[in-house]
This record gives sequence, C-alpha cells and structure tokens, in this order.
Amino acid sequence: MADATLQHNAAAVHGGEFEAPLFGAYSKKVGMWLFLASDSLTFGALLFAFSYNRIYTVPWPTPFHVASITNATIMTACLLSSSLTMVMAVFAAQRHDRAWTRNWLLATMIFGTAFIVLHGMEWSKLIDEGLYLPGFMSVLGVSASHASGEYADVSKNVPQFTQAFFGLTAMHMLHVTIGVIYLGVVAFRKWFLPILGVIWIAAALLIPAGNVFHYPVHVLGIALVVCAIILFLKPKDYDAHDVEVSGLYWHFVDLVWMFIFPLVYLMSTKII
Amino acid sequence: MHDVAKHDDSKGQYFWVWGALLVLTGIEVWLGYRQIFAPVRMLEVLLVLSVIKSALIIGYFMHLKFETALMRWMLVIAVTGCFVIMYLFFFRDAVRILPPPSGVGLQ
Repeated sequence: MADATLQHNAAAVHGGEFEAPLFGAYSKKVGMWLFLASDSLTFGALLFAFSYNRIYTVPWPTPFHVASITNATIMTACLLSSSLTMVMAVFAAQRHDRAWTRNWLLATMIFGTAFIVLHGMEWSKLIDEGLYLPGFMSVLGVSASHASGEYADVSKNVPQFTQAFFGLTAMHMLHVTIGVIYLGVVAFRKWFLPILGVIWIAAALLIPAGNVFHYPVHVLGIALVVCAIILFLKPKDYDAHDVEVSGLYWHFVDLVWMFIFPLVYLMSTKII
Repeated sequence: MHDVAKHDDSKGQYFWVWGALLVLTGIEVWLGYRQIFAPVRMLEVLLVLSVIKSALIIGYFMHLKFETALMRWMLVIAVTGCFVIMYLFFFRDAVRILPPPSGVGLQ
C-alpha cells in the first residue's frame, strides 16, 4: 500500500502535477479551518455556560450603564473595521503588493490593539466599582479593597456573573492579543520581535502593581519567546497564503465577539 | 499547490458587508436600550441577529462562500452538529437538575 502510494506520488511529481487537494484548498488553510472549528467549541461551551447562568440566576445583575455599552459598541466597531482592513491586506497580498499588505495588516493590528486597550479600561473600571472575582484576582495581586463599590453586592451574591463575565471576556481578549501578535509576525517577520519586546517592557513598567493586568501582561514575554523560536528556527517570507490563513484567524475572533457583545453586554444593560 | 482562493475581486461588496454589520450592530444596541421585547424574546432576537452577522463574516470575510461545496458543507455540518449535541446534553440535563421555579425566568 505504502509502495503504491509512493509510486503514485512519484508519478505525479514526475508528471509535473500534484494530486488535487480534497477540499480544493491548500493544506494550511484546511488546517486553520479545522483549528477554528475546534476553537469555536471552546467558546461555544463558555457561551452555553453563560446562557445557562443567565437563565437560571434570578435576579441577574445588570451592571452595564450607558458608558459601558458605548465603550463596547466602539470596541465592536473596531473589530468589524479590522476585519475589513484584513480583507484589504489579503487582496494586497494576492497582488504581491508587499507595501500595502504591510500597511493593511498594520491597520488591522491598530484596530485590534484599540479593542484590547478599550477592553482593559472597561475591566479596570468595573473592578474599581466592585466587580471582583475573589480567588482569581487575589492571585493576580488585585487589591480586595475594591469590594466596596457599586457592584460589591453583585460579586458577593451572584459570583456566577463575575465568573462567567471575566472567564468569557478574558478568553476572547487572549485570542485577540494572540491575533495581533500573529499579524505582527506575518507583516514584519523578525522586525516584529524588538517591537514586541519594547511593548512588553513598556507595559510591564507602566501598568501599576494592583492592576489586574500587572501580571498577565507577561503573556507578551512568553509570546516573544515563542515568536523568536518560530522565526529563527523556520525563517521564511510569508506569502499570500500565509496572509489569508492569518486573516481566517482574525475574522474568527471578530466572529466570536458578535455573540459575546449581545449576550454578555446587551442582555445586562442598566438603563438610567 | 492550489492557488489562493479566487473569488469575486470586487472590493465594493466587502464594504457593503462591513456597512451591513455596523447597521446590524446599531440595531442590536437600539434594541438593548429600548427593551421593546421581553427578555426571553430579546435573547432570541439578538441571537438571530448574531447568526446573521456571523454568516456574513464567515461567508464573505472568511471567504467560505467561495470555497468548494465539500469544504463548506463539511465545516458547517460538523460545527453545527457539535453545537446541537452540546445543546441537547447541556440544557436538557441542566433543566432536569435545576428546574426553574414557576414564574421564574429571565429577569
């Protein structure tokens, strides 16, 4: 059987043609689709858990005022716009226009970074107002003195809200962060390593102790090591296929947010 | 190697999709504030809008609309099937273990 396969492959190579792919797409793209299919189940499970809590917890807290919803709407617009710039990057890559591929990828990264920053500010505001996850946040060094704000009762009486909210949004924020780094590697290759290093050190120095992101920001350091290993062990010039595959990942994080935004934010609005 | 997905190179349609997604988001926010539906109905309406938005993203931005029928159906059936199984097992069991008291539901 193996010999037959080898002979078949050798004949195909000598004939100057490869066997047609099963799904009509190159293997990297099929691999990314399969990964995204499996990752969608992770988010699906989290969204099911959130929905279950939402239905069976009475009364359900509604901590999101106008400011929070406005902030989340701007974040949504950032992600949707980033998807458009990502599509433009794929078009530029197919035209072999390196400069515009890099420019569009950079625009996508800027929108993604804006999303992360806005989300981080939203988290910090909610924590300052008393939305607190005792065990998890004490590990992160967040002071428990916040537990006297407007939402202190929510944290105390409905911990499943804070668990579901922080668990779901943290997982998504991690995915967006990985996406920005992924696009940075595709756009700038080894030049991205010092940029990522500077961002990591600056963030570590600027985010004060006691802030929820003081320790998690070191994810950037881990990403720096992983990216360095990949870029030095397997250096390559990323082509249109790579840009398209990275785009699939980026659109996926946008897609997930299209469910998180209405389920988590719009179903918990507080209108005053 | 198979070439990069070839599809309609008209960039205009992507701007239309982007605009439609922003409009649908605006409708969601408006519904969230006006609260013209009861909570359970609101959840259904928002989920329908989210599914429409996700279909636009998957079909156009992720180019699945332009892939082969085999790949389209394999992905859609596999993921949808997993979610259906997750729903059947999760919510059915959850309702059995923790039935909501009468008159209690979404607040």
